[in-house]
Formats: sequence, C-alpha cells, structure tokens
Amino acid sequence: MKQRRKLADNLCLFLFTVLGALVLFPVVYTVAGSFMSPAEVLHYYQAVQSPAQGAASARLHLVPDLISLESFYQILLRRPDYLIKFWNSLLLCAGIVAGQMAVSCLGGFAFAKYRFRGKGVLFYLLIILMMMPVQVTLVPNYIVLDRMGLLDSWWALVLPAAFLPFGTFLMTQIFRSVPDEIVDAARLDGASTLGVLVRVLVPAGKGGFISLVLLSFIDAWNMVEQPMVFLTDPVRYPLSVFLATVSRQNFSLSFACGVLAMAPVLLLFLFFNEELVEGIEFSGIK
Amino acid sequence: MTIGLSARRRTPRPHLSRRQRAARRTAWLLAFPVLAGLAVFFAVPFAITLWYSVTFGVGGASFVGLANYINVFGSAAFRLAAANTARFLCTGVPVIMALGFGIALLLQRKFAGSKLFRSVLLFPMVLPVASVVMVVDVFFSRYGIVNGWLEGLGVPLTDWMNSPRAFWVLIGLYVWKNCGYNVILMLAGLNMIPTEYYQAADIEGASGRQKFTRITLPLIWPSLFFVFVMSVVNSFKSYREAFLLGGKHPHDSIYLLQHFLNNNFENLNYQRLSVAAVMLFMVIFALVAVLYGLQSKYGEEAQL
Repeated sequence: MKQRRKLADNLCLFLFTVLGALVLFPVVYTVAGSFMSPAEVLHYYQAVQSPAQGAASARLHLVPDLISLESFYQILLRRPDYLIKFWNSLLLCAGIVAGQMAVSCLGGFAFAKYRFRGKGVLFYLLIILMMMPVQVTLVPNYIVLDRMGLLDSWWALVLPAAFLPFGTFLMTQIFRSVPDEIVDAARLDGASTLGVLVRVLVPAGKGGFISLVLLSFIDAWNMVEQPMVFLTDPVRYPLSVFLATVSRQNFSLSFACGVLAMAPVLLLFLFFNEELVEGIEFSGIK
Repeated sequence: MTIGLSARRRTPRPHLSRRQRAARRTAWLLAFPVLAGLAVFFAVPFAITLWYSVTFGVGGASFVGLANYINVFGSAAFRLAAANTARFLCTGVPVIMALGFGIALLLQRKFAGSKLFRSVLLFPMVLPVASVVMVVDVFFSRYGIVNGWLEGLGVPLTDWMNSPRAFWVLIGLYVWKNCGYNVILMLAGLNMIPTEYYQAADIEGASGRQKFTRITLPLIWPSLFFVFVMSVVNSFKSYREAFLLGGKHPHDSIYLLQHFLNNNFENLNYQRLSVAAVMLFMVIFALVAVLYGLQSKYGEEAQL
C-alpha cells in the first residue's frame, strides 16, 4: 500500500515536471534567443523571418553557440527608444493600478460592509459587466472618450482601466472575509470611515490587496486592444503592442525586447506567486 | 461565489435611526467612484451602442428597427465569425475544464512540490501575449520549427496558420494560457470540502469511486459553475492571440466575432458593429443569468 502510494507520487512528480517544462518553455526559449548574436539568430531563423521558396525550415536552437550581449546592447544603450517605451509603459501601468486600487477599495468597502438599497442589483450588474469581453465595451468607450476629448492621450488608457469592475468585485470578496467584529471594534475606538478602511480592512486583507495589485498590473501590462483603438499614433503605443510590431521585422531584437517585456511580470511572479494564487482563490470562493 | 438578488430581503424603509442613515450615506459615498466610473465608461456607452444598433445614418439619424440586425445576420462574414466563435467555445471550454479538473485532482494529493507546481501552472497567464505569439510564430510558420521536424519525419508540410489547423493552434494556446487559472479555482473548491466527510466515508468503507461521485462532485459543483463562466470569459480573450498571429484577416477557421467587430470599427460601420456587440452582450448576459439561476437552485441558498 505504502509502496503504491510512493509510486503514484513519483508518477505525479514526473507528469508535473513535464507540464512545468511546457509552461515555462517560451520564457526559456526567449531568454536563450536574446543571448545569441544577431548573426546567429539570422542563421537559424532566416526561413521564418523572410520565407523563401524551397528554403530549409528553422531548427530548434536553444543553446547559444556563442553568448552575445549584442541585442541587449542594441535595445538598452544603442537605441534608447526601447528603454523609454519600457519606462513609459511601466508608468502607465502604475497609474492604472493606483486608480484601480483606490476605486476598488472604496467600492469593495461599501459592498462588503454596508447595507444600502439596490446593493444586490448593483453587485449583479457589476458581475455582468466584469464578464463582458473587451470588444463589447471597446467601441462604446471610444465614443465616450471621443466626446470627452481624451482620445490619443494616456487618459484614454488609464480611466476605463481604473474603473474595471473586476477590482471592486475582488475587493468585496476579500473584505467580506474580514470579520465584522474587527470593523465594529475599530469604529467604537473612534476610527473614521477611511481610517477603518486604511488601518483595519486593508491590512486584514493584505494578501488579497497585493493580489489585486498584481492582477491589475498584469492586465495593464498585457493590454493590446485598447491602445490600438484609442491611440492613433503608433509612436505612443505601450510596450505590449509595440512588441508585436517589432517581432516580424527583427528577430534578434525581438528576443531581447521580449525579455524586457517579460521582466516585470516575471519578477512579480517570482516574489508574489503565493499572493496571486490567493487572489484567484478569492475570486472563486463566495 | 453565490449571487442572489438580496434586494428582496430589503430592510424596512421607515424608522431609520440617525446613525443608520449616516451609514447609508457613507455607503453611497464609498461606492460612488466605482458606480460613476461604470456608468460613464460602461453603462452610458452601452446605451449608445444599443441606440446605434437600431438606427441608421451618422449619429443615429433615423430609427430603422431591426433592419440592421437582419442585415448583419445576412452577412456571410458575421455568420462565419459567429460560427467560429461558437465552435471555439464548444471545443475549448470542455477541454480546458476536463484538463483543469484532472490536474486539480492530481494536485490535491499532496506530493513533493505540489505547491510549487500549482503556481508554476499559473505562469502562462502573466506572460505578455506578444512574447508568446513570437514563439508560436517561430514554431508554426511555414518554415517554422514544427515543419522542420515534420520534414525530418517525411510528413507532408502544411502552412499551419493558413490552414484549418490554425484553429487547433489557437485552442492549444487558449488551454496552455488559462488552464492554470482553472486549476487554482478548482483546487480551492476541492480544498473547501471538509476532510471529515472523507474520513467518515472511509469508516463506512466507501470505495474511492463512491467518495468521488458522492462527496467530491456534488460539493465541487458551485466551483465548477464559476470556472465554466470564467473559461467562457477567457475564451473571448483568445482574440489577442488570433489577431497577433493572423492579423485582421486570418485564416477562415480563426476569424472570430471580435475580428468582425474590429474590422467594422475600422470601416466606421458603427451600425453593424453595434449589432454584433449587442448580440454578444445578450448571449453572455443570458449565459451568466442561466448559470447563476442554476447554481442558486442547486447550490446552497443564494446569499449575498
């Protein structure tokens, strides 16, 4: 019996190692490619970059023949536009996250700890809106932003994203898990409403709070549709969209650029994956 | 998550103490930013869309009833897009649910590293789409790596992204990207089942299969509902991959409703676009309503 269990455990371990490799493959592949010299990349991927009749297909090439920092030199030092774009995108996402957190914490507080008329219906509507694919609201958003004169500015990207209903939904779930007694006790001690939120609810739901920061950052960092619709000038595109336009032109740069785009989410994931898991669990549990 | 309209359980209107009234005012103040934002960026725009869908001319010059709807239904592009989207849903969602459930069951037995794998599986979700698409491009283009392998095996080559196989590449990407998310949700559901139930079943001498069908399945049901909804929602996000891989006019097999929406937007055909958006909205609305109706019927009493 014990032996059988051990066998099953090892089988699981094996299976998940395979799955894990499959999941991590694109990262390994991109990082590997970014350390190859442009000549090496061209040598192996010419067929993909500029297809020619009768050319040989590309071969999987994971270990660089010669480690080269040329691509990184190009995007980090030689051509500052990449790096500028990186920092700008980071700033954009920080703005979105800050807005989303403020709106969601306030809204979540109201939905989780107060009773008011129409709360049930409003929360239901919130969930319906949360489920909508981006494309349904994209064009209506465009029309409104146009009226407000915000098109072509970063406000067009920040504002709709800051008010995304998902944040309020998640914070409601999180704050609901904080016992009412703590909130009442703080009130009796004379804490103001905002004091309760900042000093009691947010610290009590810290894991969930961090997870929403992560989730909304990831969402903002990977934004594709919105910039393409709300910004007419491709120069202003954030890294997420820009990256897609580089990749077909210059493979060696796009590997390095891919690493640049992965870096923030990779770091966040490394340090906060537990919180991320916790946040997703919260979105499912009532 | 259970949602019910607790409006029915409304507090009696009169005789609110001053403190209660103040609390209500605070609640509205707190909820104001999100409600105002949703109104401006979601509700009002949606009303505009609805209006566009039944009018004709710039800015909604004249009311035409359902003419736009009839027009859109008659268009071959819309029918192709709707059929593909439906096919994508009907293929991708069952696959990802089954796979996710299987993985969650395996991860539930705690073995060395099971916690690590749980978060590793989540990783594809955080990766920028463009980076992933680049890798897919290298593998599946006409002279890509996969074709190189097939060549070596003597299998005739196909241009993956320009053939019906593009659909399967897209399904693969969808499963790859979203499976981990489902696993986490299902695992959370599984872990909420009290272990006492299983212990009791063990004492009674229940078989593994009985425990699964009598304890696990009924209790995981509410989680499965939510995972289903999220899978549908996430399936709509596959448009990003389809667009970045195939552009505005990809192979017919992956021409989705969102392509239809986007292309009509670019041609400034707001009417057709609005019709499609309204219908997509209604389908999702109906789906969510039916699901939650079912859930509150089967699940415990609906509460908010």
